[in-house]
Amino acid sequence: MLLRAAWRRAAVAVTAAPGPKPAAPTRGLRLRVGDHAPQSAVPADTTAAPEAGPVLRPLYMDVQATTPLDPRVLDAMLPYLINYYGNPHSRTHAYGWESEAAMERARQQVASLIGADPREIIFTSGATESNNIAIKELEAAIQPDTSLVSVMTVNNEIGVKQPIAEIGQICSSRKVYFHTDAAQAVGKIPLDVNDMKIDLMSISGHKIYGPKGVGAIYIRRRPRVRVEALQSGGGQERGMRSGTVPTPLVVGLGAACEVAQQEMEYDHKRISKLAERLIQNIMKSLPDVVMNGDPEHHYPGCINLSFAYVEGESLLMALKDVALSSGSACTSASLEPSYVLRAIGTDEDLAHSSIRFGIGRFTTEEEVDYTVEKCIQHVKRLREMSPLWEMVQDGIDLKSIKWTQH
Amino acid sequence: MAASSRAQVLDLYRAMLRESKRFSSYNYRTYAVRRIRDAFRENKNVKDPVEIQTLVNKAKRDLEVIRRQMDSHAVAQAEVHWHNLSSLQPPPPQFKQFSYLSLLISWDYRHTPSHLANFCIFSRDGVSLY
Repeated sequence: MLLRAAWRRAAVAVTAAPGPKPAAPTRGLRLRVGDHAPQSAVPADTTAAPEAGPVLRPLYMDVQATTPLDPRVLDAMLPYLINYYGNPHSRTHAYGWESEAAMERARQQVASLIGADPREIIFTSGATESNNIAIKELEAAIQPDTSLVSVMTVNNEIGVKQPIAEIGQICSSRKVYFHTDAAQAVGKIPLDVNDMKIDLMSISGHKIYGPKGVGAIYIRRRPRVRVEALQSGGGQERGMRSGTVPTPLVVGLGAACEVAQQEMEYDHKRISKLAERLIQNIMKSLPDVVMNGDPEHHYPGCINLSFAYVEGESLLMALKDVALSSGSACTSASLEPSYVLRAIGTDEDLAHSSIRFGIGRFTTEEEVDYTVEKCIQHVKRLREMSPLWEMVQDGIDLKSIKWTQH
Repeated sequence: MAASSRAQVLDLYRAMLRESKRFSSYNYRTYAVRRIRDAFRENKNVKDPVEIQTLVNKAKRDLEVIRRQMDSHAVAQAEVHWHNLSSLQPPPPQFKQFSYLSLLISWDYRHTPSHLANFCIFSRDGVSLY
């Protein structure tokens, strides 16, 4: 899409500002979206005069893509980035011992969040690596009839919660391994690997207000689940994942898990309220808005809405003051509509009109209200420009139209 | 140790709010203020002195976390603004030069993890834990 390419060029040009550069010229570096957006039709809701001042950036409503570091997590990590820099596998001196102690404490924090034993947690570089390790197990299986069921706990595009406990029950009774990618669920909804009979679980650091580049895989010990290592080397992490464990990152993951455990109820209540507010306010002001995904089995912080007769990318570009996504970040470079929406039977045209709103721990009521207001404003404006909308207003059934080929 | 009095708890509450307002990031600032208010409000009817002391100690630790962040966060400049929302607090006066040395100083002495009390480390900087 031309719009997205232009936006990327503009974004690359101005994102040099944040970061620990001494005397960085922050004045005059206006990441004011209005200055760079190629669309001309956007009304002047941005103050035009480019006066010197602090850098402005869009509101962040894309927590499914990644989350900011919780300040408590940064606080836990900093000593290990400054003075306590030992290799946790060094056995012969205090630098190694203190680093190892931190690593094991982090392991305990992760385990405690999901009801596991610390010996069942292996640190990896992220949920993707964990998924690969878990799936590879299938190939390494000894018995020919062993198989694996792999299900996402909470979907990252539409927020649907899968019936994990029920699936676990079935797998356990049929002696089939059960893996779940819990990247979007850990620390947000209660999970217990024993109650839910989970054999393998992938955990991602940066989805739960922890650092990027770290994750974990939970591997059940009783009954033992055998996995094959993806990367071999010095035999760290019980031989299941060789490579020096990055102490600062795993300390961050552990701290993020501990904070999540403490804050789960408070966050869930708040996020549910904000989500309700967003959905209600949009739906009462705009007709023809569909929420994708089962409304009952749904994680409130991930809201996927389809706005009929509005193209998703156009709406994203119009909502330039809000960082949003129209689907999964991992497939954002392609132009295909979401495979998830297609799988749940969404019409092609509605699938192209979907936007994902992410509400997280740090999202405020003002951000939600601003997003709602802008969304309503731009959907109305885009619909005004849409011939399809005009036809619908005239009472024409779009499904009955025979479009001709030229 | 004498139990924390009402006045001490209030002082702590005010100190925490004061420090939290120094976050230059809108999202961290609003979260800290909101979370602190909600936590103190939620626990305002706790009567058991042991429980009160546990909560006070946790709050003190969190206050230290926020204080330490002020050095780290001076580095990151970006601020979220809305042109038309004047109710937001203006950010504190800007940009201290990033000083690696000041970060080191604040981390050397204020934060020595207590679980490392058994180790003895001698280094050029003279930091030792015992």
